[in-house]
Parts: sequence; C-alpha cells; structure tokens
Amino acid sequence: MAQRWLQLQVNGRLHTLAAHGRALLLDVLRDGLQLTGTKQGCDGGECGACTVLVDGEPRLACITLAASIEGRAVETIESLATQGRLSALQRAFHEKLGAQCGFCTPGMVMAAEALLRRVPQPSEAQIRDALAGNLCRCTGYVKIVESVQAAAGAAQERLP
Amino acid sequence: MKSRHAPAPRDPAPPTHSIGLPRPLVDGLDKVSGRALYTADLPFAGALVGRIGRSTVAHGLIRRIDATRALALPGVRAVITGADFSAPYGVIPIAENEWPLARERVRYRGEPLFAVAADDARTAQAALAAVEVEIDPLPAYFDTESARSPDALQLHDDKPGNLERRVEQDFGDVEAGFAAADLVLERNYDCAEVAHGQIELNATVAQWDAEREQLTVHSVTQVPYYLHLMLAQTLGLDGAAVRVVKPFVGGGFGHRVEPLNFEMVTAALARAAGGTVKLELTREETFLTHRGRPATQTRLKIGLKTNGEITAVDAEVVQRGGAYAGYGLVTILYAGALLHALYRVGAVRYRGYRVYTNLPPCGAMRGHGAVNVRFAFESLLDEMAGQLGLDPFALRRANLITPPYRTLNDLQVNSYGLPQCLDAVEKASGWHERRGRLPQTPGLRRGLGMACSHYVSGSAKPVHWSGEPHAVVLLKLDFDGGITLLTGAADIGQGSSTLLTQVVAEVLLLPMPRIRVVATDSALTPKDNGSYSSRVSFMVGNAALRAAEALKRVLVEAAARRLEVAADEIEWLGESCAVAGSDRRLLFADVVQAALVDTGTLTVKGTWSTPPETQGGKFRGAAVGSTAGFSYSAQVVEVEVEEDTGAVRVLQVWSAHDCGRALNPLAVQGQVQGAVWMGLGQALGEETQYHEGLPLRANFIDYRIPTSVESPPIAVTLVESIDPLGPFGAKEASEGGLHSVPPALAAALHDATGLRLHALPITPDRVLEALQQRQRDERLAAARAQRAALAAAAAASSSGG
Repeated sequence: MAQRWLQLQVNGRLHTLAAHGRALLLDVLRDGLQLTGTKQGCDGGECGACTVLVDGEPRLACITLAASIEGRAVETIESLATQGRLSALQRAFHEKLGAQCGFCTPGMVMAAEALLRRVPQPSEAQIRDALAGNLCRCTGYVKIVESVQAAAGAAQERLP
Repeated sequence: MKSRHAPAPRDPAPPTHSIGLPRPLVDGLDKVSGRALYTADLPFAGALVGRIGRSTVAHGLIRRIDATRALALPGVRAVITGADFSAPYGVIPIAENEWPLARERVRYRGEPLFAVAADDARTAQAALAAVEVEIDPLPAYFDTESARSPDALQLHDDKPGNLERRVEQDFGDVEAGFAAADLVLERNYDCAEVAHGQIELNATVAQWDAEREQLTVHSVTQVPYYLHLMLAQTLGLDGAAVRVVKPFVGGGFGHRVEPLNFEMVTAALARAAGGTVKLELTREETFLTHRGRPATQTRLKIGLKTNGEITAVDAEVVQRGGAYAGYGLVTILYAGALLHALYRVGAVRYRGYRVYTNLPPCGAMRGHGAVNVRFAFESLLDEMAGQLGLDPFALRRANLITPPYRTLNDLQVNSYGLPQCLDAVEKASGWHERRGRLPQTPGLRRGLGMACSHYVSGSAKPVHWSGEPHAVVLLKLDFDGGITLLTGAADIGQGSSTLLTQVVAEVLLLPMPRIRVVATDSALTPKDNGSYSSRVSFMVGNAALRAAEALKRVLVEAAARRLEVAADEIEWLGESCAVAGSDRRLLFADVVQAALVDTGTLTVKGTWSTPPETQGGKFRGAAVGSTAGFSYSAQVVEVEVEEDTGAVRVLQVWSAHDCGRALNPLAVQGQVQGAVWMGLGQALGEETQYHEGLPLRANFIDYRIPTSVESPPIAVTLVESIDPLGPFGAKEASEGGLHSVPPALAAALHDATGLRLHALPITPDRVLEALQQRQRDERLAAARAQRAALAAAAAASSSGG
C-alpha cells in the first residue's frame, strides 16, 4: 500500500514519519513512535483505552486516521509528567488507587485531563459523564471518581 | 458445635509500621505514567506477526487443512495445525482434553484450527484466507437439554450423555429436615453466561532459540506455572527449556487462570518459524477464548423453621460447560461445596451436572462456581423471610456459625465476621428506618434489598498435588542494603506485589522502598501456584511473613555478634538496632555488613502450607471448597425502578466485608468495590449470547459492562475478624463480595415493585414484561371478579324472583 510522509505533532515534538493513508493514529503512536502508554482494548471505539487529546479534546486513537490530524496537537499519557514528576491528576490516580490493573488508566487519565481543563471543579455527575466512554473492569469507578475529585481539589488548593 | 480442629492462634505483633496502612501500589507509578509494559507493549522489534484461523462450524470432522497456497505467499514464515503439538492440555490433570489447535474434530464455532506467522499483519491476514479447510458438519448442541438427550452425539468419547461431571453429595437427613420445617419452598433460577471482560486484549510473545532449542514466552497469564507446564507438555519440551515471564497484566478475573490456546499456539509458531512471534487477539477473539461463568440452572428447595432456622437444603445445578473440560469439574463442585460454611444448615443434598455443549469453553470467573447458586439461595431466603414475616437480617441471624466450626461437608471455619458485616450494612443503609418508607414518586419505585456471601482464601489443596509447600518466597539481601523479594505470585492489578512488600516491611520495620519485588519470571523467581481462588494474600503473604522473620533472625544474630551480646538482648528497630536498655546501637547498613561476613549475599526462604485440618474431608471432590480461611460479606442495595421502561437504576450499595485483617485498607476497599460492581454488571445486564454457536455479543458494545454513569457509589465497611491462620489475620477480599450482589439487587427490586425475578440478568425488558404481566393478571382477575359478581347477582335475582 502506498505510503506518504506524515507530519505529526505529538507531545510537543514534531515527528515526520512514513505511513500509509489508512494508518490509524493508535498504530502510529504505538508502533511508529513507541509511545505504548496509549492502549488498545477493543476492535474499535468500544472501550476508550486509547483516548488521547487532539487539540485538547479527547479522541479515540483507534478510530482516528493519523492523516486526519496532521497539523494538530496530539497529547498522550507520556506528556503529562514534567521532567519525570507526575501531574496532579496522575498523582491522584496513584495515591487514591484510581488504577488497579492500570490498563484503562492512560485513557481514563487523558479523558479526565480534558475534563479538568474545561471544568476545573467538576461535580461528581460531570466526572461520571466525562468518563462514560472509558471502561474499567477493576474499580467500579469509585476510586477513579475520587481520584479526579482529589486532583481537582488539589488544584483548587493551589489557587491564591 | 465446638471443634477440636481449632488451630493455635499465631499471635502476630500488633501491626504498626506498614500493615494496616493505606498504601498506593508499589507499581502504581508505572501505571499512571504510561511506562508500565504489558505484553503487547514489549519492544520486540522485528517480531513476526501471528494469527489464528478459526472454525466456522460449531461441530464437525476436519477433513482437510491445506496450507500450500498460504505458504507460497511471500512473507509467510510458518503455518501450523494441531499436528504440530505433542499432547493435549487442560488445567486439571485428569481432564486434559483440549488441543491448542483442533485435531480431527472441531467442537465450537471459533475454535482455533490453524495458525500462521508472517512478516506483517497484512500478510498474516492474507495467509489466513489462503489456507483451505474442509469440515464435515455434525449435529451441534447449544443448550444442556439437547446435549443431554439420549440420541445426542457425544462430544467426547469418554463422556456418555455429554456429562463432564455428575456430582451427588448428601450430608445429613434432608427428608427429616424438610419434615421438621415449618415452611418449605422450591424455586427454579436461571443465570445467563457471563464473561470476564478484562480490558487488556489477550497477547503472547514467544521467542524460539533454534540453536539451543529453548523457548521464552511473555504472556498475559495469571498462573505462569500452569502455562509453563502446558507449554512443555504440548510442545514436547523439557521443562528446563522453557522460560515464562509475566509482564504487567491488564486484569484477569479468572480468564487467564487456565493456560490458553493462543499462548501455546504462539510458542509453536515461534518454533516453526525459528524466531520471535507476537500474537495479539482481537476483542472478538478474546471473548471467544472465554472460560467465563457458565449459564446455570438451579432448582433449589429450602426448609425453614418459623424462627428462620434452616433445616434442610436440596439443590440441583446444571451448568452449560461448553466444548472442553477446562476447570469445569471444579466449577460444578464449588457450586455444591459452598452451599455450606456461610450459614449453619441442617442437612444438604446436592446434585450437580456439568454438561458439554458446542460453545466456547467456560472456566473460572471471579467467585468461581458459587455465584449463581448464591443468587438462588439468597433469593429464596428473601422470599421465605417474606412468607414467614421475618426481617431478612433476622433470618440470617438465626443461622449464624460460631467459630471454630466444622461444616457438614468437612470445611473448617476458623473466623467468622458475618455478624459484624450484617450489623454494619444494616446500620449504614438505615435499613429499619428507611425500608418501606423510601420516597416514592409516580412511575418510580424505590426499594432496599440485602444478601450475604462468602468465599475461600485459596483452595487448601492445589490443583497439582506435588507435595511442595503452597507458597515459597525468597528474600535476597546484598551489600547495598536492598532487599529483593522474589516471588512467583502474579500481580494482575490486585496489588499482590504491594502487599508482599508491606508484609516484609512490617516484620523488619523497614521503609517499603528498601524492598524491591521481582516477580513472575520462571528463570528467577520461585514457583507459585498463581493468582486464583484468592490465595495470594493468605498463602504467599504467609510465606513472605516467614521469610521476613527468617531474615530478621539472621540480622539480629549478626547484630548480636557485632555488639558482642546475646541475640535476645538486641532490640530490633528497623533502620537501626540497639542493645536493650543501653545506648549502644548499630545502623541497618552496619547490621547488613555484619550479616554478610563470611557468607556474602544472603538468601532466605519462607514457605507456607495449609494445615491438614483445613484440607477438607475424604469423600470424592472434597478438596473443592476447602480453604484455610473463609471471607464473609453482606450487602444492601438500593434501587430505583422506572415502571414505564423497566429500567433498574442502582442508587447505592453498602457493602461490608470480613477480610480478616486489612493489610492495606486502600487496596482492600478497591478489591471489594470491584467485586461488588462486577456483581452489579452480572445482575443488571451482562450476558453472552449465541445464535447456532455464533457469538452475538463478542464486543463491548453488545456485551454491556456498566459505565461510570450507570455505576453507583459503593460504601465499604471492612470487618476485621483476625483469622488465626491468615498473615496478620488477613483473609481474601476480592471475590466474596460479588456473590451477594445479584440476590441483594433482586431483593431490592422486589421491595420496590413486589416482583420476584428468578433469572439473571435483570434487564429492563424482563422487568417490563413482569410488570405488564402483573397488570394483565390484575385486569384479568378484576374482570373475572366482576363477572363472578354479576353472575352471583343474576343468580340471586333469579332465585329471589
């Protein structure tokens, strides 16, 4: 199949790589850029494990053509830490046990990240709505919701 | 009854340092940062791509598999069939009747037939299509009735009537028990088949070293040891030529307890291709691999005294097992064994039938074997409590056990926190104040329901009875002052590596970061029986406790030598130690240095085995259900039912779980919440479905696990009964809460609407149908009453006139 050059801005870095026109963003991230933090848990658009941010909005990388997001900013789980230090949201998922097996966690954290950027102090219902496309089989979502609330609370405390 | 089997309490030091404190997972940082490598993430550049070709026929004789055209495609490196394996496999040594790729006969639609390895995914896919397959169809059976009919073809030659296992157990005089009862009720219950639905897709990477004839396999397993055994067996290799590594695993729930066909297929492909093969299953294939909870029909009869005392139980259970044995005989035994040990019961008759059908094989799933029967049992108790005018809590309290207690079927109960669980959820839910007084709005009915359950902390007899200890943990201490904990226990997200670290840190009074866990690499770590039946906290925790105590003895003796005092004069403080009553002390680094003199790197071992009195009775099948410690659980569920649609919404669950001692309250809460929630999923909507063997719901759109929006708050109370055999008194925490959720939900539905549903899942269409049927019945009754009244009036007027 014919390949073409693709320019992708991922986690603040510009990557030029060869890919065929039907390449999915998920495969380009995982196989092309070795960013394996983004997971595949289904056959397309069912589970949310592959959630990344495109221009700040949550997108399912497994049903997104890589070519369709040229020139747009992609963020994956690997982008959240700063110099190896966790973001507030990651820290909350760690400390509140928002992650058990951890497989849904990257997608879950990215979906929550998009929410907190849009709504810094979400209600429980807003959190549950924002995560409704991300399946978790371990937690019953209880500690995931608490993790997002804790991260929002920590951000609130930092405000002057 | 008092038992002579009471084990001596262990009297652990009161935990102060690490145990009992909420700790994040030791590998949590890797998970939230995206660094954690699961099998599909492993960087094996240049690995060949494996794919499996599957049967499109549910039952048939394989006439021909011709790979000539596939092998001619450029980039195709290997095609294998069942002929490439040396032996069949199975998780239970007496029931190994499955081949990684079918030989001679296929028994379910989607069964692996052949596999290919190719340079890339597209070539592999093309190769699958190029393999020619001819199968002569045979009659196929998709339900237990047709499979058991006298003229049905046998799926397996050694199993007449397609009965994989028939269980007949009688304990006590059941007929006398029913005769002594004031109320006897019998009902039939139906539970649909459900699947684990772990979010990580199945995947395996196999490396074949052709020169050395050695195999290394990375896979998604919960039990690397079983996989190791079956890789060697099916590939005809010496065990020492096999290395099995478990990377991060994205959930198990029982799906990955058995060695699975794709794991052995990947290994055989790697050998055939002479290299490294990565095989990733799709979600559809992951569902097809199955091993889920079987569809179960239960006929249950219970006798009660007016005070609620259970005089007799008569249960008949039929499980639709699927095409191969898997764990089946254990599942059908669990269903009977765990009729006991939750309550005192007068007498029990159990008949169990595990039936082969032409569907993907069932296996072990969270709460193995006991969930569907518990649904029946608790549902019937709820109904009978209503008929006797007893509060459901009072009925349970009429049947409590006093530990130590020996059940009728020889199970040993050493600790029993059910009374405290009942108290906790009764109070937390406001049961007496709120039940019957919930705010009701037009079209919306609210109700409360409760139920109880229990589960084992590991099977007291392992599947492979080798005479080895149940668990072995090694601790390695070296010049750097770091302690490496070597364990075969598979952390599948439940946090086993964390709690083992906590146990060692607690005994040695050391900070957790001083302890590193190296787990589940057969080249490095001791064998472990694996992460199933909730055995790890109890058994491996006990082994870790003993290993830490052994290391502490060595360190104390070294300190005593260095300080030239007797060992019993040393006061151990963790990061330092002192001569008691003096200011003479040594830092940990100095103690380590002293301990390594003349011997160098230290390795100590801790082992643990279940005491014989916990290993069950002598009758056939007695090992199943036996355990060194039962957990106990009680739930209250509050629901809201929409009368126009039949939709059931769970508003809140109050759960109490007797985990013995919460080694890590944060992790234990997380396990209990997960178990409760999985029970809600089964109760509300989860169901695999097949049409002529074709799976209809092999994806997460049609197989609906609850989302965050449909999931309620789950408030957990941890009850600590301090088990005499558990490490620091701990017992299991991640399964026993599940069983009681579906019946508590069904009871809440009855409280809300007056409807008794006897089938799972309780879907909106079932609820709506039941509501409409009741309306039809009421209208019919009213019309009949009216007609009768008119007729009576007419008769009265004619006779009077």
